[in-house]
Amino acid sequence: MIFSRVVGNLVATQKNKNLKGAKLMLLQPLDTKGANAGEQFIAVDAVGAGIGDIVLAIAEGGSARQAYKAQNPLTPIDTVIAGIVDVIDTEDGVIRLFD
Amino acid sequence: MYLARVIGTVVATQKDESLRGVKLLVIQPLDSFQNNMGAPVVAADTIGAGYGELVFCAKSKEGAMPLRDPNAPVDAGIIGIVDSIHNEIKGR
Repeated sequence: MIFSRVVGNLVATQKNKNLKGAKLMLLQPLDTKGANAGEQFIAVDAVGAGIGDIVLAIAEGGSARQAYKAQNPLTPIDTVIAGIVDVIDTEDGVIRLFD
Repeated sequence: MYLARVIGTVVATQKDESLRGVKLLVIQPLDSFQNNMGAPVVAADTIGAGYGELVFCAKSKEGAMPLRDPNAPVDAGIIGIVDSIHNEIKGR
């Protein structure tokens, strides 16, 4: 799982039918200090995250599909937002997002 | 999932049986500011994307899931055509 910030969203009318109703978000990976690290990617939202939230993203196919709880096991999802982060506490410091 | 632009088509007569009838397109992976990212790859298309379109793709096994045979040997699949992108971070 990787820390990311939700920085945007994506609209697609023409898409795989199993993705109907899926919320597609643009994520920016972060390091443990909260700084941007690496290229942005697209993920399906399973928890109701909004723009600006720091989230936990799963970037591994099988687990991502499980987190999304898709009705069809053949839903083509390989990255999913599986949690909204409250606190990150590492030796680099504490990032507290909700007080 | 990642963004990509369709930059060409592939014709292959002799191929794996499970890829029969599958439309193969050459895509250039893009970052979220639509700059090229890495080398072009071949992707399977099931949604009817065309040359020049901005699409989003699934990697590895998930790329093959929309196909008639979900176990087809495909490592990128086009799963949607992008209408619009909203990005809080301004482009590079």
